[in-house]
Amino acid sequence: MSQAKLSPRQYFILALVAICAPLGDTCLSRGMTRLPAISLSHPATLLAAVFTPWIAVGIALLIGFFACYLTALSWADLTYVLPATAIGNVFVALLSRFWLHEPISLERWAGILLITVGVGFVAQGPPLTERPVAESEAAVPEEQLL
Amino acid sequence: MTIPYPAIAPGPWSATAMIAAIILTSTAGEVLTAAAMKSVGDLDEIRAHSGLKGAIRAVLTCPLFFAGVCFLALSFFSLLFALNHLNLSLVAPASASLTLVTNAIAGKFILKENVDRRRWASAVLVCIGVYLLAH
Repeated sequence: MSQAKLSPRQYFILALVAICAPLGDTCLSRGMTRLPAISLSHPATLLAAVFTPWIAVGIALLIGFFACYLTALSWADLTYVLPATAIGNVFVALLSRFWLHEPISLERWAGILLITVGVGFVAQGPPLTERPVAESEAAVPEEQLL
Repeated sequence: MTIPYPAIAPGPWSATAMIAAIILTSTAGEVLTAAAMKSVGDLDEIRAHSGLKGAIRAVLTCPLFFAGVCFLALSFFSLLFALNHLNLSLVAPASASLTLVTNAIAGKFILKENVDRRRWASAVLVCIGVYLLAH
C-alpha cells in the first residue's frame, strides 16, 4: 500500500488540489472586495455573503478542492500534501496580478519564488511515512527486508 | 479599471490577528482531517472495493473527520472576513504558507510523520517567503 512513488493519477489529483484552491480563493476575493466592509458586530452579513455569485462559485471550487485533498491525504502525509498544494500560491499571485489587478512588489515575487523552491524540496522526498506494518498486513514486503 | 478597496486599511496588529485566526483554525482542522483520512485508509482502494458511495460513507462515518470539518469551517469564515479587509495576494500566501510551518510541527509531534531535513528546509524557505510577501 505504501509505495515510494506516486502514480500519474495521484499526481493528477495533487495538481487538481493545487489548481482548485487558488481559483476558489480568487473568486472569494473578487466577491468579498466588492462587498462593503463587514464588521465583527454584524456576523450575519458574513453568512449572507455566501449567497452572492462570486462567493458561491468560489465555494463550489473549494468543495472540489476538498474532495481531491481528502483523497490525497488518504495515501500521502499531511506534510507532503500541504507543500505540494503551496505551489498554488504562484497561481494566486498571477491571478491577483492579472485578473484582480492588485499590485505585486518585487519582494512579493521573491517570496513567491522561495515558497516554490521550498515546495520543490518536499516534492522530491517520499510521500508517505513508513509505518510499522499493521497487524492486518503483518507480512513484510520483500523490499523492506533489505 | 479600479477595484474598490476597503475604505479603512487595517493596521498591522489587526491584520496579524486576522491571519493568526486563519492559521490556528486551519492547522487544527487539517491535523484532524489528516488523522481521519489515515484512519479511513487509501480512498482509491476503498473505491475500487465498494464504489464511490462506499468511499463517501467511509469518510462520513469517521468522527475525527467532523471535528476537522468544524475547524476548517471556522477557518473558512476567518478567511472570508480577512479577504473583506486585506489583499488576496497577502492573505492567501501568508495564511497558506504559515499554516505549512505550523503543520510541519503538528505533523511531527501529533501525527508522528517523518518530517525529515528536506521537509524542515522547505518550511524555513516558505517562512522567508512569507516574510518577503508581507513586506
